[in-house]
Amino acid sequence: MRGAPGPRTLVSPSQLRSTRGRIVYWVVFTLVMVAFTLAFLFPLYWAVTGAMKSPDELARIPPTLVPEQWQPGTFAQAWNELDLGKYFLNTIVVAGGAWLLQLAVAVPAAFALSKLRPVLGNVVLGLMLATLMLPASALLVPTYLTVADVPLLGVNLLSTPAAIWLPAAASAFNIYLLKRFFDQIPDELIEAATIDGAGPVRILLRIVLPISRPVLAVVSIFAVVAAWKDFIWPLLVLQDPGTQTLSVLLQRVAPDLRLDLLVAGLVLASLPMVGLFLVFQKQILAGLTAGSLKG
Amino acid sequence: MSAPARRRRRLAENVTAYGLLSAALVVFALFSWFPIVRGVVLSFQQVNFVDDPEWVGLANFELLFSDPLFAVAWRNTLLFTGLALVFGFAIPFLAAVLLNELRHARAYFRLVVYLPVMLPPVVTALLWKWFFDPGPGLFNEGLRAAGLSGSAWLDSSDTAMLSLVLVSTWANMGSTTLIYLAALQTIPGDLYEAAELDGAGIWRRLWHVTVPQTRFVLLVLLLLQVVATMQVFTEPFVMTGGGPDDSTVTVLLLLYRYAFVYNDFGSASALSLLLFIALGVFSAAYVRLTRRSAE
Repeated sequence: MRGAPGPRTLVSPSQLRSTRGRIVYWVVFTLVMVAFTLAFLFPLYWAVTGAMKSPDELARIPPTLVPEQWQPGTFAQAWNELDLGKYFLNTIVVAGGAWLLQLAVAVPAAFALSKLRPVLGNVVLGLMLATLMLPASALLVPTYLTVADVPLLGVNLLSTPAAIWLPAAASAFNIYLLKRFFDQIPDELIEAATIDGAGPVRILLRIVLPISRPVLAVVSIFAVVAAWKDFIWPLLVLQDPGTQTLSVLLQRVAPDLRLDLLVAGLVLASLPMVGLFLVFQKQILAGLTAGSLKG
Repeated sequence: MSAPARRRRRLAENVTAYGLLSAALVVFALFSWFPIVRGVVLSFQQVNFVDDPEWVGLANFELLFSDPLFAVAWRNTLLFTGLALVFGFAIPFLAAVLLNELRHARAYFRLVVYLPVMLPPVVTALLWKWFFDPGPGLFNEGLRAAGLSGSAWLDSSDTAMLSLVLVSTWANMGSTTLIYLAALQTIPGDLYEAAELDGAGIWRRLWHVTVPQTRFVLLVLLLLQVVATMQVFTEPFVMTGGGPDDSTVTVLLLLYRYAFVYNDFGSASALSLLLFIALGVFSAAYVRLTRRSAE
């Protein structure tokens, strides 16, 4: 039951091997274990079991650690009373569409900037990256007005998923991340394919995309998670209650909803993201450091 | 290849490249670049969507300055940012240093600390609102069980902002902790060995090896955190609505009110512009100072 030795860190291995070192290590380990579990897992346990308590039990002081009467039916009741099926669908449409459109816009753009290097390409890239310096909230009002009356087209996108998809597609971060990955693909590979008679689009689809799966996974996961978690923008542009996402719905109904139903709704709304995390943990944690550290 | 043929090929490449870039150029133009310009223009206009926009010079700014909530919102936002820096900067760093020394259950620690990051912020805010409940809330129950007296949490203007900072720290510390952890793992082990041979104890090694070696990441995350926390919105909007006694009205909450409650898009844009300038000045000064101290 020895842990992996690992590289040398702050505490020296010889100190750790001494009897005193071992005692200190296990005491610290236990403390951190208890603290992390209490701080991060216990609130989630409290929410899941809280949803299954009866309303009386939920209001009791002191509260019960384990429900006296398990009422898992609260989840089904919350699902029906809040019409959660519809709001899940709205959220999936918003997040899925934002994801697909972001890829459809950013992948060809990053490929063109990285491998075709057109005239003024660096200026275009610079103008895109400059938008990263802007705090998102500085653009809330003018983008809202733009979505309400799109210039040239004259359409009103409010209360449609396109109000979220289109602004999300203007993501300089995606283009930056993809371009950096494409830059590492050797030009010889592209040239060889050109000599074989392949055009740029064919090269993108047949050569570049298959070897870019890791970065595509990172961009995809972050696009979906960001769209699922977003609140302020959907709050502004999805004013018609029937079109709202889960976050906007929950915030709207929270003040008047019975507590056990609300907590059940909160748990249900988080499950997809928790599930996604459990499945794609490795990609998410790798993308977290890749995206922020070397940037 | 002859010169005209080469020129023709180069032209064809440019046309393909801009074809691939066209979608990105359209969404950036409509939903990023145009709103940037429009936001500045709106700051000096009065708009009501019936008449043409009217130029009003600095009237929007004068209105903001005469609003008693204006100073309150900035003070609250600075308080939030300051507190978030104390908690959100120190705790994740200490957590990462501790985790880096532990040889067991590493995957578990990484998993639980990142779980809250995956929860939609509205879910986190509503859950914590329930935990903060002075009656059957989790926190006061915990305090009472430990023999301490409870707190009013969100219900008192003395503790409301601090309570929001706790939520935000809990929700976001997973990503910072894991970024620090990744940075700690790149520190060469011989630096610690050399320091140890020179007789440096654990604290001196922490101060003279760990901190300087992770300096770049610490400085970047500090900047990003200030920029992010100055735009706090979801927690006060969902949990307190700005109360009690305006103690949690933040700049972005005030901006929301101007635009979507008072329908004064001009003044809301003026406030965005002020926030943008404040963050821009801070970022520029910060980068300049840290660069100078690095030389």
